[in-house]
Amino acid sequence: MKSLTKLLPGLGLAAALILPLAASATAAELRWGASRDIDSLDPYSYGSTFTISTLNHVYEGLVRYDDQLKIEPALATSWEDISPTVRRFHLRKGVKFHDGAPFTADDVLASLTRVSDPKSPLRGNLPAYQGAEKIDDYTVDIKVTENYPLILNDLTNILIFDKEWLVANNATAPTDVGAGIEGYATTHANGTGPFKVVSRKPDAETVFEANKDWWDKPRHNIDRMVFTPISSPATAVAALLSGQIDYMEKAPLQDIPRLKQSPGIQVLSSNELRTVFFLFNRADKLQASDAKNPFNDAKVREALYRAIDIDVLQKKVMRGLSRTTGSMVAPAIPGYVPELDERQAYDPEKAKALLAEAGYADGFGFNFVCDNNVYVNEEEICQAVSSMWARIGLKPNLDTAPTSIQTVKFESGKFDVGILGWANEPMIDSYSILVQVAHSKTGTSGVFNWGGWKDAEVDALIDAAGKELDREKRLALQSKALLKLKQNVDFLPLHQQPMAWALGPKVKSVVQLSDNKSRHWLTVLNK
Amino acid sequence: MISMVLKRIGNAVAVMIAVAFVAFMIFQFLGDPVQLMLNEQASQAERDALRIRLGLDQSFVMQFVTFITRAVQGDFGISYRNQQEVMSLIAERFPATLELVLVSTIVALSVGIPLGVYAAIRKGSPVARLLTIFSMIGVSIPSFVIGILLIVVFAVQLNWLPAFGRGEVVHFGSWSTGLLTPSGRSALIMPALSLAMFQISFIMRLVTAEMLEVLRTDYVKFARARGLPNRLVHFRHALRNCLMPVVTMTGMMIGDLIAFALVTETVFQWPGMGQLFVQAVMFIDMPVMAAYLMIVSAIFVTINTIVDLIYLWVDPRLRQAGVARGYHAH
Repeated sequence: MKSLTKLLPGLGLAAALILPLAASATAAELRWGASRDIDSLDPYSYGSTFTISTLNHVYEGLVRYDDQLKIEPALATSWEDISPTVRRFHLRKGVKFHDGAPFTADDVLASLTRVSDPKSPLRGNLPAYQGAEKIDDYTVDIKVTENYPLILNDLTNILIFDKEWLVANNATAPTDVGAGIEGYATTHANGTGPFKVVSRKPDAETVFEANKDWWDKPRHNIDRMVFTPISSPATAVAALLSGQIDYMEKAPLQDIPRLKQSPGIQVLSSNELRTVFFLFNRADKLQASDAKNPFNDAKVREALYRAIDIDVLQKKVMRGLSRTTGSMVAPAIPGYVPELDERQAYDPEKAKALLAEAGYADGFGFNFVCDNNVYVNEEEICQAVSSMWARIGLKPNLDTAPTSIQTVKFESGKFDVGILGWANEPMIDSYSILVQVAHSKTGTSGVFNWGGWKDAEVDALIDAAGKELDREKRLALQSKALLKLKQNVDFLPLHQQPMAWALGPKVKSVVQLSDNKSRHWLTVLNK
Repeated sequence: MISMVLKRIGNAVAVMIAVAFVAFMIFQFLGDPVQLMLNEQASQAERDALRIRLGLDQSFVMQFVTFITRAVQGDFGISYRNQQEVMSLIAERFPATLELVLVSTIVALSVGIPLGVYAAIRKGSPVARLLTIFSMIGVSIPSFVIGILLIVVFAVQLNWLPAFGRGEVVHFGSWSTGLLTPSGRSALIMPALSLAMFQISFIMRLVTAEMLEVLRTDYVKFARARGLPNRLVHFRHALRNCLMPVVTMTGMMIGDLIAFALVTETVFQWPGMGQLFVQAVMFIDMPVMAAYLMIVSAIFVTINTIVDLIYLWVDPRLRQAGVARGYHAH
C-alpha cells in the first residue's frame, strides 16, 4: 500500500487544500438558504410571489399585512372613500429612501404609473386601477373602477419606488423583455424598507443590511442578511445541519423528523393558504376517447370524490402534515365558513353505485393531467389517487410533467381531470379564486376556468361581490358562491398543503404566517 | 494547411446552425414561458399581449430566422427570468464552470493515469484487483449520488468543507476565480471530486487496457531485452504510446464534464453555467437556453479541433501525412 500512496498526488493536493472552515458569521447575521433565487431586484419585473415577498424587505407598499394577515398602514397612515371610484390616501411624513431622498406623493404616482404600464407584467395585481392624482405632497387620490372593494388588498403588493431615482436611472418604465431592454432597477434597489441591498450575485448570493433610518420601530435585531438560493433540498438540509445557513423556508417533508431530532434545529410547520384540488373538464366530449363527457354528470363527479381515501393520502403521501379540507379556500381566507370544510365521506361502495347509476358500471378511461414541480408531493398525490380511482373501476391515464408543459394542455382544454392549487395571493381574499377559477370565461374573468364550466347563478354571485363595498355583505356573497360550487361538486378539494421552515441555533424566533412568506423584519436572533 | 483550417471552420459553422435548429425544435415542446412570467391575477388579454411582444405568436421558421440573425451579431437577447443580457449572464458564470471542469480534469488525469499504469504492470495483484473494483464502482455511481455522499460525510458529519457555493472569489476584470482564497479552494474540492470520479475510473480503465496491449508488443520486449530499467520501459516507451487515446478522451471528457457539471452544479449550488441552464429550463427561459446550447456546442467544436492538433504533435507520422486522422473513441 505504500507505493500506492505515492501514486496519489491528487489526493495529497486535495488534503493540502482542506482548511478548517472559518467560523465566519458574526452574531447578528442571518444566513437564509432559500429554495430558489429571486428573479430580479425589480418587484415589477416578473409575476413571482416569492420575488415580491422577498423584496418586501427592501421596498414597501402604502399598506401591508400585519402579523395576523390583517391590512395595516405602511407608507400611508390612513385612507378614506371620497366617492365610489376615488380612495384618498394620507402618506407618512418623514420617510426616507435608502439613498436619503424623502418619500412624497410624486413617488406614489411614479410607482403606480410604472406598475400599470401596458408592458408591466404586474399590471394584473392592480386590476381596478384607473389613475391617480396628487392632492398635495402627502395626499394622493387613487381612482378605481366603480365600487371596487379590494383596492387595499391589491396595494399591499404595489411597492413604492423613488421617482427621482427612477428618472435619474432611466427606469421610469418597466423592463421590456420583448424589446430586449435591460433595466437599472433589475440589478439595483432603492426602497424605504427595513433592509438595504448591499450586493447581488444572481443564483449565488444577495446581501442585505439593516436600514438604520427605517421609519418603523424595528422588531428584528438583524444587522446583516445573506440570502443564498440552494435549489437542491438535500444540499440545503446539509447546509442547515452543518451550520452554514440559519434558516430555510422550504424544509422537505421527508427530512422533517431528522431535522427535529438534530440538536439546535427547530422546525416550524403549519398549513399554507394554498388549497390543492382537482378540476374537471366540462367539454361535451372526453379528451381520452372522444366519447360523451361523463364529468358533466354530478353523480360521476361525486363518485370520484367518494373514491378518494383522504386519510391515507394525508398520512402516507403528505406525512400527516397537510390539512384535509372540503373547502376550496383555507380558513384564513375571508369568505371561508366552517360548513365548507365538511367532506363527503370516503365510500368506495357508494362511489361504484353512483357510477352504475350514471350508466358507467364498467367505468371509463380519462386523461388525468398533473404537474410535478409546483405543489407539495403532487406527483405522489396523483399516483395515489389514480390507484384509488382504479379501485372503483375507472381507468385514469395519468400524465405528469412540469407545469410549463401541463399548463399548455390545461389552457387548450386537453385534459379530463387536472390538478390545481390556489392560494388567493396576493389578494388574500376568496374573491381571487372565484373570479379567476370559478367564474365563466368572460372578459377578464375566468382565466383559470380551464374546464370551461358555467353556472349563471355562481357568476351572478361573484359579479355582485365584485361591486359590493360592504365587507360583510361581500363575504356573504362569496361564501354563498363557494357553497354552491361545493353542492355541485364542481371541484374536488383535497387539502391545504403543508409548509415547514427550519431554523438553526442562531435564530430565536420568526413569524410564520399561512401565506408562507418570510418576514425577517420580525425575526429575532440569539445574541 | 490553411485549406484544412478553413474547412474546419466551415464544418463548425454548419454544426452550430444544426445545433441551433435542433435546439429550437426542442424548445417548441418545452411549454409556455408566458404562464410563468405573469402571476395568477393577470388577465387573458395581458397574457396574449406578452406572447405577442415576445414574438411567440410567430411561426417557428420566423422565430428561428430572427434568432440566427441576432445570434450572428452576438445578440442573444435578454433573459425572460433575470431580465439581464444573456451574454453577460453567461459570461459571469463561465469562469465558475471552467474552473470546476479544469480542476476535475487535472484531478482525473493525475489520479487516473498513475492508477491505470499501476493496475497494468501489477496485473493480478490484490491492490490492482482492488483498483479494478474501485473503478467499476466509480463508473457506475451517478455523480449526484457521489456529491450527496461527500456532502453528508465532509459537510454534515465532519464539518470540514462547505456544503454549497463557491466561497470567496477574486475578480480580475470580468474573470473570477476561487483558487486564490482558502474558502474558494475548500468549496471547490467536493464538486471537483464528485465530477472527476467517473473520469478517474474511466481513464484508469482506459490506460490499463492500452498498457496491457502495449506491454505485449515486440518493442517493449526488445526494450526489456536491452536491459532498460522497468521504470523507463513502462513510462517512456509503453505509456507514451498509450497517451493518444487518453488525449482524445480528455478532449471529449472536457465536453462531458461541462455536460455533467449541470448535475454537480445543482447539487453543490455552484454558480456556473449548468446552474443557469437548469434554472432556464425550469422557467422556459428560451434566450438563455438557446445561448447556452450555442456556446456549449462552440466549446465542443473548438475542443475537437484542438484534439486534432494535439495528434499532430504527439504522433509525428501524422505530421508527415499532413492530414489529421481523428481517433475518436466516443
